[in-house]
This record gives sequence, structure tokens and C-alpha cells, in this order.
Amino acid sequence: MGMNAPRELGLGELRFADLTEPLASDKREPFLEALAACLPWDCLVTRAEALKPYECDGLTGYRHVPAAVALPRTEEQVAAVLRCCSQWSVPVVARGAGTGLSGGATPHRGGVVLSLARFKQILSIDPVARLARVQPGVRNLAISEAAAPYGLYYAPDPSSQIACTIGGNVAENSGGVHCLKYGLTVHNVLRVRGLTMDGEVLEFGSEALDSPGLDLLAVVIGSEGMLAVTTEVTVKLIPKPQVARVIMASFGDVERAGQAVADLIGAGIIPAGLEMMDKGMTEAVEEFVHAGYDTEAQAILLCESDGTPEEVDEEIGRMKQVLSGSGATDLKVSQSEAERLRFWSGRKNAFPASGRISPDYYCIDGTIPRRRLGEMLRRISQLEEKYGLRCLNVFHAGDGNLHPLILFDASVPGEFETTEKFGAEILEICVDFGGTITGEHGVGIEKINSMCVQFSPQERLTFFAIKRAFDPKGLLNPGKAIPTLSRCAEYGRLHVHQGALRFPAIPRL
Amino acid sequence: MTTPSSDQQDFLLRARELTHRANSLGSALVIEGHGSKDFYGNHPDSLNRPVDRLSTLAYSGVVSYDPTELVAVVRAGTPIETLEETLAQEGQMLAFDPPRLKGLGGRGTVGGMVASGLSGPRRISAGACRDFVLGLTVMGSDGECMRFGGTVMKNVAGYDVSRLHVGAMGSLGLILDVSLKVLPRPAAQVTVSVPLDAQQAIERANEWMAQPLPIVATSWESGDGRIRIWFAGARAAVDSALSRFQKDPELTQVQSLDSAAGESYWNALRDQTHAFFQSAKPLWRISVPTRTPPLPLQGDTVVEWAGGQRWLRSDEPAEHIRSVAQRAGGHATLYRCRTQPHEPRAEAFSELSSGLMAVQRRIKNELDPGAVFNPGRLYRDL
Repeated sequence: MGMNAPRELGLGELRFADLTEPLASDKREPFLEALAACLPWDCLVTRAEALKPYECDGLTGYRHVPAAVALPRTEEQVAAVLRCCSQWSVPVVARGAGTGLSGGATPHRGGVVLSLARFKQILSIDPVARLARVQPGVRNLAISEAAAPYGLYYAPDPSSQIACTIGGNVAENSGGVHCLKYGLTVHNVLRVRGLTMDGEVLEFGSEALDSPGLDLLAVVIGSEGMLAVTTEVTVKLIPKPQVARVIMASFGDVERAGQAVADLIGAGIIPAGLEMMDKGMTEAVEEFVHAGYDTEAQAILLCESDGTPEEVDEEIGRMKQVLSGSGATDLKVSQSEAERLRFWSGRKNAFPASGRISPDYYCIDGTIPRRRLGEMLRRISQLEEKYGLRCLNVFHAGDGNLHPLILFDASVPGEFETTEKFGAEILEICVDFGGTITGEHGVGIEKINSMCVQFSPQERLTFFAIKRAFDPKGLLNPGKAIPTLSRCAEYGRLHVHQGALRFPAIPRL
Repeated sequence: MTTPSSDQQDFLLRARELTHRANSLGSALVIEGHGSKDFYGNHPDSLNRPVDRLSTLAYSGVVSYDPTELVAVVRAGTPIETLEETLAQEGQMLAFDPPRLKGLGGRGTVGGMVASGLSGPRRISAGACRDFVLGLTVMGSDGECMRFGGTVMKNVAGYDVSRLHVGAMGSLGLILDVSLKVLPRPAAQVTVSVPLDAQQAIERANEWMAQPLPIVATSWESGDGRIRIWFAGARAAVDSALSRFQKDPELTQVQSLDSAAGESYWNALRDQTHAFFQSAKPLWRISVPTRTPPLPLQGDTVVEWAGGQRWLRSDEPAEHIRSVAQRAGGHATLYRCRTQPHEPRAEAFSELSSGLMAVQRRIKNELDPGAVFNPGRLYRDL
């Protein structure tokens, strides 16, 4: 893929280094020497074979071995690395566990990967104020485990929660299966301490519930590591629900299942989790984990209620009533915690199950208004025919977030490229339906072309403006998330008509 | 989104013309709705620049609302009350309780609600205004309209520019359409009131919040020394919480207010019609970590958000109040102060660290290089 480095720079844009460009040979040695002076000997990796594990994140299709990997232990060391790279105009890519799926942590060949892996301390837990102060390398699940003795937990639960770090969650504004009721990272983080590219420490937000001035915390969260390097995070903890139960509902067609989702919410119910799987997906996971799924159904819904025992009984009753009314052909309610986990095990294993039936799969992450779920599934099945590839569908149905998995074989020449086109077309439909090209995985390098579809040139210049306000030289994770105008022109889809349609009375300047 | 009607198109054209004019003449553009929060923030005085005013009231209406999507898209000039009535017809609400203050033109518009970013009693459980803004369209300093975010719950494409506008006091552009997450009204609710001293009230509120209880709001008043707790949610959950409080041997004189009486109490707090807010002394909004013990400051207080928000009516010097708040890890806003526009008064918002201020100034310069949109309202030099 051509990288996001403009041959021509538009007005108001930043010049980003090309990911594939190695360090100039005359710069390499003196720079690495300067970098080595910032860190203890065991905090810097420069040998080619030791750099290899950092060549990609969860988006494994793109690999670049960086010039160096810094593994600092202290915030002062992070600052020193940033200052050094800033001085030498070397790009820096911060990295947590590397589980991201969009290439947010894909290195620059001529850059430094700044790993926060050694920042893995839970600094404090205040069970009464319901706050945890943690370092960025702490795993998402580790926070909930540490809070469990107090009956508390950290709500956002991305599916990689065993491995992914809170620093990465902040960078991507990660979600999970309980977002509809409990929110995303941005709703559950009170404070981020971070360093700008010139090594200055800034506190975004605070342990109070709000802060004066512009809400920079909201901007930093989800900024894909382009605005600041996180060194500390304060997260909110919430009481762990006493009970959770899940209903598994079968439907004879996907449109009915989509309608059932709307009916539940229309009835004033906010399920703790609401997931949908199509028949292809159900069959794949059933064969893999034997969760007891109805493989005859065209779609199944998993609908969870949590809270106090009385609350859950009341809500499960109402949910069953609505689901039956919406035409569910079968309803099973989990009767024990073991059964609840078994019902969920299928959904949680959707990705590995797909990996079993196909050499490779490609996961899409668009979001659409819920009411268009059925229509979307129809469109996807048309695209399956168009591209000659199979697609299995899992949705966070409660918030309209789709994860179609396109099955392909990377060893067949051209099949990955076809898969990418298939995926890009799904994302275009998402935008067309009034949704977005990424619900929770981020843009990174993966969806940078699709950004041209969703945003007008003016809107993209606003992103550049914000980038410049934090990082005037454009050295922090450059080339990710925001496409340049020349790149969009190259992609050939300058959708200027969007703006014009939205404000027909206003001629474009 | 539906096509704006012809007077709304006129509004957009006029707004664009005024934006261009302000940029070319070096004047300021002051954006107004009902004027219900005119007192809030710094006065755009001492600018020594000509000022144009732009009322958003011509740009109003609910653009789209689908209760099953939990999303409403509303134009900036729409009265908050109109939006709430529309939602109530479908059994839904704005969960963050934006204040509806009395202004000359009405009780607040959606544009002002978002620009001020203020939230009411239920903020402690539901989240703040910024948590419910899913997207917005905005007119930038070049008169172009832009859209950020959207009408879906999950959206991580591009930086979160919509939330940046929440609480920015209109300093980054003209907010046009706002897409908001809405929620169902709770099935049941009850309010209990218990006498406790300030210290106990803050401690207990935090302890209760750490338990699986359906608490949506708390308040403690120095006036009557009582804490009030608002329970809302499923009938069974509310009933069991109420009986738990009534049976708690550590709590005496537990009173319960029915749904109507409770709602009228919380509305008075939210809309600041409560007697506490009627005094002539300067009104401070102090935001601190919830567990912070009572602050050593003279004056009447109301403590909301399990201790996170403390209203103070006090004549103590601004610097003193701010240093107490800062030592506690928070900040203090001079919320309302009955000075004449030309009288000297403290900055409305607490000072930022120089690093944060520098970033904010650069954002303002980038997005509004002519400093035309509500200059000085958030910070005097922003």
C-alpha cells in the first residue's frame, strides 16, 4: 500500500514521514548514539533480530522493522526519548501490547517504537472514590481483577481484554460488548497524564469530574497515539452487578432479529449486552465450542441483563416478552453462571472459530444506525457474490457496530486485495447509511482511505489543525488516521458532495 | 439529515456572511440563544473591538428522532424544553439533566446547553453533557460547515472534535446541529432524605455509590443538614433500596419523597430555582474528587454528585477559593456574580497550567485564527 506521505502538501497539512522510509545512512549512527544516551543499556533495542517482534501490531498485513525500540522504565526516560527524537526529527510510535487491529502501532522503518510495556503497575485503587490510578502498560482485565475484592470493576471490555493495555485503550477509545449500557473508554477515564512530542508533561482531565478549559481529555482519548504519549491513567470503577443472565433468542430471518433489537430499545430496555450472529457464524462457532447454539436459526441474539437479583428477574421477564412479540422462534435463558458463560463462549470465540474454517479472515468494524441492520446484511450477501468471498457476521447489535469477517486465503494471489476492496465497500455503505467507518478498532493505516469517504477536505483539515496544535512537527505516530488531500485524490473518491448535500443553501468556497 | 427550510437556509447564509465580515473587519461575533446563561463565563467586554451578535433562534427544530436508535438530532436554536417534550412523548429523556435557567428569551437552547457543557444532578450516575454528544455540525471560521461524529454510539473515526466543542463556550465555531444520545425514563423512582453532617454525607454518599444501588443523584445542603438520595430504575430495585435505607439502623429520621415531590426537588436544584441560589453573594461551582472532605471555606453550600460538585455562596476572595479547590485536586468556577459588566471581576474559570494553556491557545488559533467566535468568553485571552 502507498503510504500516507504526500508528494504534494495541501494548504494546512502536515508533512508526515513515509512509513517505509529508513533513516538516512549519515543520520542513523549519530541518532542511535544520542538515543542510547537517554536510556540505560537494557532499555534500548537496535539489533535487527530483536526488532523483528515489533514490526507489526494486530494488523499483520503491514510490517516495517523500526530503527530502534525504546523500552523506558520511567517517565523521565520517556521524556528524554521524545526530546531526542524531536531534536533529530525522527518519528515515534508508542506501543502497548500491540493487539490493535488497524495498524495504529505499525512502526516507521526510519522511526522509533516507544514501548510502554514496562509501565505495568497499578499505582492505587480507591474503593470508596471508585478510582484506579494505573500505568499505561497495565492490562485491561488486570484492572478489573485488582478491583474485584472491593466488588468493583472497570467496565469497557474489548475482546482482547486479557492482553490489551489501558494505554492502548486510551489511544483507540476502545469499546467492548457492554458499551451501550456502560460506555466506551472516553466515558470511563477521568484523567490521562501524557507527554507531548517535545517531552512536556500535561495532565488531561483530573480526578474531579470535570476540568476547566477545552476538553482536551476527550480529544486525546481515541487520538491513536498521535497527540501525546500516555504515562498514567485514572479510570472509574463501578460496582460489579450482583447477577447477570443472558437470553439466547433464535430468529427465522435476520430482518426480524434486527427488528427485535429496535423493539427492545423502543420498550425502554437498555440491555447490558446485545449481540447478534448470523447463521454462518453460528454454525462456525457451534462446531468449535459447542455452546448449544441453534444452528437452524437464521440469526441469534444474545441479550444480557445485569444488576440486583430483583432487577434482573424483572428485566429478563420484560425482555422475553418483547423478544417473543418480535417473532423469536426459541428463547433460552441462562439458569446458572456456567450456562451464561457457555452462551457467551460462542460469541467470544467468533474470531478463532472463523480461523478454523478459513486460512485467513479479515475483520471489518463499521457502525450503522441499528434500524438498518437487516438491510446491511442483505447488502453484504450481495457483496459476497460480487467478490466471490464468504462473509460471516457478528454484531454488537445494541450499538450498531458490525464485525463482518471476510474469509479469504492469503496464499491465493490477489485474494487479500479483493478482500480489502470488499471491506472498503462495506465501509462505504456504513457511511452512506449515516454510520462510520470504525466503531472501535480505529483508523490507523488500515482505514485511512475510507477516511476520505467519511470526511470532507475541510473536516480533515480540522484534524490536521488539532494535530499541529499538539505536535507541530508531526512526529508522533505520523501518517496514521488522517489522510492527506493528495492521498484522497489518489484514492479517487473526493466525496465533496456530502458537504454540499448537507448544506445545499451554502455554496462551497 | 433533512434539508433546512428556507428561513434556516437564510440563517446559514447570514451566519456565513457575518463570519466573513468579522474576519475581514477584525470584529467579534457573539453567538446568542435565549441568553439564559449570559452570566456564565467571562463577559466579552474590554475587547476594544466592534461586536456583531448572531442569534441562533431562527435555526431551530428537531431534525430527526428515532426512539429505537436512542438518538435525536437537533438544531442549535431549539429550546431545551421543546426537545425534552419531544423525548417525553416517547418515554425518553436527556439523562444528564442540563439546567434550564431563566433568560430573557426562554430557558435555554440546545446550542447553549452544548457550548456551556453544564450538567445537572444525575451527572454523577449518567455522565455529563459531553458524554451524550454523539456528533455535531459546526460552521468554522471560514464560513464552511463541517460535520464531526455522527448518529451512532460508537465512532472512533478522526479526533473527537464534537466533544471539543462541548464546554468551549462557542469559542471554536458556530454549533449548528447536535446529535445526542437519549435514554429511556426510569420505570420507578423515589427520593429519600436523611439528616447527616457534611463529612458523613460525603463519606456515606461515596460508600453507597460503590454498591449496586440504583442511586442516580445525591445532594447535601448546609441549610438543613440533610442528604437527599435519588433512586431510579427498575421497580424492584428502587423498592429494595428504599426498604434497605428505611431499615438501616445507622440512619435516623429517614423521610421518603414520592415521585412527584422528589422530581420537583431535583428540578429546583437542576434549574437553580432552589432558595439556595437566590442569595446575592457570588456563586461558586467547585469541582473536586468526590471523596474530598468538606472544604474549609465560609459560606452556604450544596454538595452534589456524591461530593464531586460543591456549590458555594461566599464573599471569600477568589484566589483563596481557587487555592483551596486546587489543593483538593479540583478547580473553582466563578459561576454567577452580580457585578455590572464593567466592574472588575475574577476570571470565570480556574487558571490552567502553562502547558495546557499553550495547547488550548494553539487550538483556538488554528480553528479561529481571526478570534471572531465568542472571544474572551472562556478565557480572556482565548
